[in-house]
Parts: sequence; C-alpha cells; structure tokens
Amino acid sequence: MFHLEKNRTLLAVIALVVLFFGLWVAKATLSKYVVYIITLIGVYIVASVSLNLTNGYTGLFSLGHAGFMAVGAYTASLLTFPVKLRTIFALSPLPTILGGAEFQWPFLPAVLMGGLAASVLALVVGIPVLRLRGHYLAVASLGLMIVITALAINLRDITRGSIGINSIPKYTNIWWSYAWALVTTYVIWRIVNSSFGRAMKAIREDETAAQIQGINLLKYKLLSFAIGAFFAGIAGGLYAHHTGAIRPYAFSFNLTFQIVIMVVIGGQGTISGPAVGALILTALRYILKPVEESMQIYGLIELIYASLLILIMMFKPEGIMGRRASRART
Amino acid sequence: MLSWEYILQQLFNGVVVGAMYALLALGMTVIYGILRLIHFAHGALITVGAFCSYLCFMKLGVPFIATIFIVIAFGAFTGIILDVVAYKKVVGGPEVTLLITSLGFYIFIENFMKLVVSPQPYPFHPPEFLTKIYSNGITFRAIDIFTIVVSIAIMVAFQMFIKKTKMGKAMIATAENAEAARMVGINTNRIISIAFIVASAIAAITGFMWGAKYGQISYDMGFIAGVNAFVAIVIGGVGSIPGAMVGGFVLGMLSMFSVAFLPPGFAAFRDGIVFFILIIILIVKPSGIFGQKAAI
Repeated sequence: MFHLEKNRTLLAVIALVVLFFGLWVAKATLSKYVVYIITLIGVYIVASVSLNLTNGYTGLFSLGHAGFMAVGAYTASLLTFPVKLRTIFALSPLPTILGGAEFQWPFLPAVLMGGLAASVLALVVGIPVLRLRGHYLAVASLGLMIVITALAINLRDITRGSIGINSIPKYTNIWWSYAWALVTTYVIWRIVNSSFGRAMKAIREDETAAQIQGINLLKYKLLSFAIGAFFAGIAGGLYAHHTGAIRPYAFSFNLTFQIVIMVVIGGQGTISGPAVGALILTALRYILKPVEESMQIYGLIELIYASLLILIMMFKPEGIMGRRASRART
Repeated sequence: MLSWEYILQQLFNGVVVGAMYALLALGMTVIYGILRLIHFAHGALITVGAFCSYLCFMKLGVPFIATIFIVIAFGAFTGIILDVVAYKKVVGGPEVTLLITSLGFYIFIENFMKLVVSPQPYPFHPPEFLTKIYSNGITFRAIDIFTIVVSIAIMVAFQMFIKKTKMGKAMIATAENAEAARMVGINTNRIISIAFIVASAIAAITGFMWGAKYGQISYDMGFIAGVNAFVAIVIGGVGSIPGAMVGGFVLGMLSMFSVAFLPPGFAAFRDGIVFFILIIILIVKPSGIFGQKAAI
C-alpha cells in the first residue's frame, strides 16, 4: 500500500539532496557576490522562520528580533575574535570563566552561546511582559531593541561603541548558513506539530479558551518567545561571521522590520512562508540596490517593502503561502 | 548643586516635554480604545506636521497663524487617508493585521519623508515672538509657554468634546463596546474616521511644537516620540483618556529627571530609560494609574 509517512520522508530526503546539490552548483558556478547573497538569504531564513514561531504560531507580536540578533552577533563575535588581534582592536581578553585570555572559541559553540544569551534575555523580559494580554509585547520588545542598541553604543570597553567590531573571522559559508536554516525549520516544524505547538496555536486563536483547556499561557508564550530569540541569536552570530563586521546601527528597527515583513509576506503561521518571504525580499533588495544607488534615492527599498506589506495586508493578509481558511477568525 | 532653582527648572522642562507626550498619547489612546490598535503610524504624523510647518512657514512665508491652521488641516487630511486607504480595508480581521498595517504605514511615511526631504536633519526656526528668552529664576522661551497653553487648551477642548457632544459620547460608547454601539444606531465607521482625523490633527500640531522646542527636525523624529507616547499610555492606564494625559506628563518629567539627576553617563541611555520604566510599570502595576484591574 501507499504509505504517506514513508513517502513524506522520502520526499524530504529528495528535497534535501536537491537543495544541497543546487547550493553546490551555485557555489561552483556563480560569482562570489551572488554566493554572498545566497548565503545571506540562508541567514535571513533562520531569522524569519524563528520569528514565525512567536508571531505566526503563538500570535504574539514581537518587534525585538533585531535586538536578539544583536545579542547573538556580539556574543558570538567576541568569543571567536582572534587572540592576536584583540589588543590592536582594543578588545578586552576573555575572562577566565570563558576560557581565559589565550582562548579563541570555535565557531559552532560560539554561535550557540549567542543563541543562548539571546534566549536568556528573552526570558528575563518575557516574564513581566507576557503575563499580560494585548500587544504589550510589541512595544516592550521594540523598547528592548532600543535598549540593546544603546548598550552596544555605550559599552565601549566591550563592544567598541558605534565603530563596531570588524575583522571578525568569516566562518559562515553557504553550508553553515543553510545547515542552520534547515535545523531551524526542522525544529520549528517539530514544535508546531507537537502538543507544544498545538497549545501555542490554541493561544493564538483564543487565549481564554486555551486557558480553560488547562494550557499554562505564560509558560507557552515564554517558550515560544525564548525559542524564537534563541534562533534569532543564532542568525545574529551567522550574520556577524558572514559580513565580518558589525555595528550597533546594523541591528536597528529597519532590520526588525525586514524580518517581520518577510514573515508577513510569506505567510504567518506557515512552515514555508517565512523562507519564501526571506528569499523574495532579500533578492528584491539586491536587485533594487543598484537602482537606489544610481538614482540616489535612499529609502526606496524600504518604501517598496512598506508598500508591499500594506498591499499584502489589504488583499491577502494570510500571505503568499497561507491559506485563507486556516486563519479565518473575526 | 541641587538647588531649588535647578529642580524647578527641570520640573518645568518635564512639563513642557510631557505636554507634547500627552498630546500624542491622547490621540493614540483614542484610537487604541476604539480599534485595540497600537497606532505606530501616529509617531510619523508628527514628522509630517513638523515638515509641513517647515515648508509653509519657513519656505513659503505663510503667516504663523495660517501655518498653524494649514498644519492642522494637513494632519487631519493625512488621518483621512490613513483611515480610508488602510484601516477601512483591513478592519474586522485579526487585531494583529491592523498592527502590521500600522507598522507598514509608519515605515512608508518615514521613508517617503526620507526620499522627499533627504536624510539630513533640518534646522527649525519658530517665529520671532516664540523664541524670546525669559530668565527669572528659571529660564524658558516663549515657545515653552506656548506649548503648555496650547496643549492644555487642546486637552480641555477634547475633554469637552468627549463629555458634552453627542459625537464624543458615541465615541466613548464605541470604545466600550463597538457591537452594542452599532446596535443602538451609532455609525461606528464614522466614529473611527473622526477618531483618526482628530488624533492625526493633534499629532501634526504636536510636530510643530516638537520642532520649535528642539530647533531641529528630521525624517525619523517620530519614531521614538510615537513609541514613547505608547509608554505614556501604559503609565496612565490603557484605555483611559485622562490616564493618557497624566501619563504623558509623568513620562515627560521622568525622562527629564533621569537625565538631570542621574550621573552623566546615563544621559546616553535616555531612550532606554523610558523602556526600563515601561518594564517596571508592567511588573508593578500593569493597569497603570487610571486603568481598571480587569485589563489584565
């Protein structure tokens, strides 16, 4: 007989093979600049898929994703920063607890630490804010992002202030980026198809009804927020080791907005939507960039993003990959 | 160091800034009350108002009084556009749809301004009689008095409108229960439009005061202002109109005091301190000063 489950696994394996073969071909044939953009898309997929857990599946509205990315980026790059260059760049050596002055962290644990730091922060902020109903989180997480940017600018001894950190080793390649994109998608997929995910969706649809069913609202909201933040931290770490330089202003409201718009345009509460959104919008940005620069009209890309967002909200609020029925609610 | 004069001076500065926050919070809380929408685009309207007054008064040489009316009219007009183009189309969907649309409009207006006026900040010179400096114990400019007087006038007028007129009462009814309001024959769509027009006009005139107070306007000036206004709403108690005004004044004073009385190193964190206050309010008393307990 026809086994759907087995079939699905097979399909997934085939899709994986095709994806990685495609990436390999892309890496071998395309120019460095295009590969750079493709890798960046992978990083954005990590960020948007994880934001989708918070915003799409749990129905919270976090605007702090750029802040968590900043935490992840700074944590990871301070850990992996080459020992030799530290004095030249006026960065203090690592404290003993993190390995001491002569220690340089390998890439993977450093990125994981970045994610961990972001999720701990999410827990600290989430506990007071997520107890409440309504969209307090939107403003509080936005505030958190502003606080993080202010800290990154002012803690000059650690972050070098507004100059930012450069000469970060460029560990992130196309494989790291897409491996993380896959891991993120898989983890989020497993979560939303488990009892955890069903509880989160129940909270999205009706908080009171979910509470009556015995769902601990705070617990699931916090989990969703912290897991989202964890992968945002990972995305930040990948981003830092991809571009090789980070500045506080890179993690501003514009970045948060970009990721939100990827999720919304792709389809909130769908597995493939955010990835599709990340792909389309990042590609669009790099197609429009020469236009913006040659015509000297800065802000054009954001303007187009915002128009797209408004149009999507007006005509297809469930996003490109979303189905209308799944979000039917008054 | 900490003389009475210094404290009074800071108190006065806090009231001036607070008056502007109160005006923004007033408009935002009316919209929040009716639509349950954190109106992010509200902040962008002060940018619109500021640049509109810059264009009229400084570039075209329109007389001051006429400028004020043009700014108010233009703000109201922007409110109509926001209402008709966006919110009417998406109202009735999930609440978050409105929130996202509002966010989209904020970004749209901000980047539209950036495109039109260039990313550099502009110097803003208010009319002569508003820049006169008085120094008598505490130092202030005529614009400060102007801000306080106009703000209080607007707030009193708004309170009268809400309490005395039929339209204002209908607005309260819609905020309390939109469905029931419709049932007794209130045209809630019209109420929503009125709310947008009034709130936007108030925000636009606040933009003029903001520019005159700080002497500088830029395309992104509305961002922090708008978000701070929401913090003011939370301080005062979400859904309460007097709460929003009081919250605005409290926030203005807190942010002034945090700069004036904390060690100099904290000044760089001025925007951060506001959110620190927000988090503390959400922990200690999430219903705010005037809010009802049921809001949790």
